[in-house]
Amino acid sequence: MGVQLNVIDGEQLSIDRPIVRYSQVSKSFGDLQVLKQIDIDIAPAEKLAIIGPSGSGKTTIARLLMTLEEPTSGTIEVDGEFLWHQEVKGKLVRANEKHLHRVRGNIGMVFQHFNLFPHMKILRNVTEAPIKVLGLSIEEATERAVTMLEKVGLATKLDAYPSQLSGGQKQRVAIARALVMKPKVMLFDEVTSALDPELVGEVLEVIKEIALEGEMAMLLITHEMGFARDVADRVVFTDGGQIVEQGSPADLFGNPESPRLQAFLSRFRSGWQAGL
Amino acid sequence: MWNWTYAMSIIPPLLQALKVTVSATLVAFAIAMFGGLLLALCRRSRFKPLSWIAGAVVEFIRSTPLLVQLYFIFYVLPLYGLSLSPFAAGVLGLGLHYSAYMSEVYRSGIEAVPRGQWEASTALNFTKVQTWIRVVLPQAVPPVVPVLGNYLIVMFKETPILSAITLVEMLQKAQILGSESFRYLEPFTIIGLLFLIVSYPSSILVRRLETRLNRK
Repeated sequence: MGVQLNVIDGEQLSIDRPIVRYSQVSKSFGDLQVLKQIDIDIAPAEKLAIIGPSGSGKTTIARLLMTLEEPTSGTIEVDGEFLWHQEVKGKLVRANEKHLHRVRGNIGMVFQHFNLFPHMKILRNVTEAPIKVLGLSIEEATERAVTMLEKVGLATKLDAYPSQLSGGQKQRVAIARALVMKPKVMLFDEVTSALDPELVGEVLEVIKEIALEGEMAMLLITHEMGFARDVADRVVFTDGGQIVEQGSPADLFGNPESPRLQAFLSRFRSGWQAGL
Repeated sequence: MWNWTYAMSIIPPLLQALKVTVSATLVAFAIAMFGGLLLALCRRSRFKPLSWIAGAVVEFIRSTPLLVQLYFIFYVLPLYGLSLSPFAAGVLGLGLHYSAYMSEVYRSGIEAVPRGQWEASTALNFTKVQTWIRVVLPQAVPPVVPVLGNYLIVMFKETPILSAITLVEMLQKAQILGSESFRYLEPFTIIGLLFLIVSYPSSILVRRLETRLNRK
């Protein structure tokens, strides 16, 4: 995947016309500062993996973009428009719900714990948002949903309820549900962490296929280092609320420069090296 | 001693009174169901004054006796221009009183819906209203239907209190018949049986409804 990156200095990579731009984004929960003046750009169709220890702020980066949390300071732009702010009489103010709703439509997310709607059958889980949010007709939404469910290998489960599916199947439905909304950016928040090991592969395969189609930017928060290495164009390592190191998978995994990244990767050595 | 002739003769008027009791219960229950949901939603509002007022209303209602509330509605409100019939005052008082309790039931149902459901709704860009109607309430309400159904039966048995504001429901009718004939055994036995005949099958129906709603 070719992406134009301009290296300004060793620490920051800035992109012309990014699909997402975080500028000096900080997030605190009470006294705990989880993100410290983060700057990061994501290029259109770029696959960006974020790795790092628990509590490093990587999930918060995704949640801020999905409007599940509000930044304490800083701005996030999506496709050239501020997400959390709008310009009123030349000044930047906190965006109202209408603005948030409009810009949020560019972002989709798949969660660690699936979050399927238990009271709806699989087909309805996937068609509900296209019908109610995008305004598609039932026929159009159903067609889109069935196509997507076929793509993730679950066309036979249209009439099942989520409780009847395995974890891997649920997560694939969740991916289909997010994809039918055709977002410009998809967030995958540790989507295999809650799965039994034997179910992880089927979900990673689906994500790899989506990545190959190349249309959407993807932000992958993951502990699966082999997967990050296979799919990502760029890998970002966070620790203590900051971006410590970033680069191509080959650079980051093959030649980690910072001591913190080296220490982090050494904990995974036995796991992912087997997959190299 | 039990007099069958007398008992048979008073059954028709008591059944008429049963109609009043049942309709009062149903109307009050409808008020409590909607009022309770409204109170629960207001208490969750991010608009602090609204949430505070709803909380204060619930606390006030739960802390004062139903009878006092009924007297207030029936005897005091007319002084300020709102005159209600015994039936209207009765169902309003009964309905408002139990809406406070039902709001707590709704609140527990809503809070039991996992946060992930709210987050998935945000991720799919549902509006707040769509999230409530399509995702949260369909998961919040079915588990609490048995508790709500129990309140229906409780309210049914509570209706004799409305006799205090002159509504001629079943208890009041039994008292009137008794004082006319000086025979109290038959009237009170019959209304006791009528309460039982209505309450017991109702509780079975509530249990059936619970099973059906929670099958998924």
